[in-house]
Amino acid sequence: MAQVVPADRKWWAGGRSPFNLEYGKLMMWYFLMSDAFTFGAFLISYGTIRFSSNSWPDPNEVFRSFPVVGEMNIPLAFVSLMTFILIMSSVTMVLAVGADHANDRKAVMKWMAWTIIGGIAFLGCQAWEWAHLNHQGAWWGRNPFNNIDGSAASTNFTNFFFTITGFHGFHVLSGVVINIIMYIMAANGTFERKGHYLMIEKAGLYWHFVDLVWVFVFTCFYLF
Amino acid sequence: MENAHIAHSDNAAHGEHSFDTKAIWKTFRILLYITLFELLLAIGYYEIFPTGNATVKYILNGVFIILTLAKAFFIIAEFMHLRHEIRNMIMTIAIPALLFLWFIGAFLWDGDSYKNLRNTYDREHVEKSKEKVEKKEHGHGHEAQKPGALD
Repeated sequence: MAQVVPADRKWWAGGRSPFNLEYGKLMMWYFLMSDAFTFGAFLISYGTIRFSSNSWPDPNEVFRSFPVVGEMNIPLAFVSLMTFILIMSSVTMVLAVGADHANDRKAVMKWMAWTIIGGIAFLGCQAWEWAHLNHQGAWWGRNPFNNIDGSAASTNFTNFFFTITGFHGFHVLSGVVINIIMYIMAANGTFERKGHYLMIEKAGLYWHFVDLVWVFVFTCFYLF
Repeated sequence: MENAHIAHSDNAAHGEHSFDTKAIWKTFRILLYITLFELLLAIGYYEIFPTGNATVKYILNGVFIILTLAKAFFIIAEFMHLRHEIRNMIMTIAIPALLFLWFIGAFLWDGDSYKNLRNTYDREHVEKSKEKVEKKEHGHGHEAQKPGALD
């Protein structure tokens, strides 16, 4: 599976990329590192405040609604659906990258289209969740939910929830825009003229990162 | 596998990548099962302990952290393909990411210490945080609260 590289190759002797990686992809990795620390700072400040509180709202009570069905007693069902959509769109993104390795333009476009649909579906779910919570009276600066031990909650819970899921949703939105641009470029044959589809790989790295952040947001807000 | 190098013919620095659809679907299944297992634990906990149980919750949170890190590993290693890059590249990402351990540990410790300090020295805070309030009717809970208040 690993790349075929002679064991005694001197990567730092000059004349080749020491990371054996195209420049743009390396820079995307470094950008994602910095973005990871931004998200990390958000989530860790949330954790600090939560650890400094005597009690906190119960995610099972807050997140138990489902569109159309209304308040059903299957907690966290809706957010599981959102998680499934995002992981699924990550898979279609990898398949798009796989299709570009095969230089198969039709397949690239098909999988990119599914990835875009997945991203839009996720954003739609999030818009519904925000609207529903807002309808219940939750927003920045106001919190209708009590703590799990029955005491009054501060607004920390809603402030962090809307800030962090909003920042993540904004990343999803930019990811969808980037993916649409990639789709258009693939449709126009830009990548075929260039002879490679490396830009799709870079867009893919960004898209997987959005999925990766969601894994942590999911754990921090819905499970803890 | 054999078509991997055709796409990058003008990019000598870019090595041969293998691409395996089976591995992708396997990763997907692993991620899905871990997520379902996490949900099962979370829902089961609230079914068994409706009012909460501090010790069980601590253990459960530890399990969630481990499972989350496992998911993160699979996304980065397989979907983002980092596992198949050369060692130099893996290290330039992995070593800075280790700073997160310190980052998380230090700040959660700080939060916990702040809670203990206030509970020890601020009687008013303790009484206020023990006060039970009535369950608010959701849907028109628009009473103004102090925005962003830490206490």
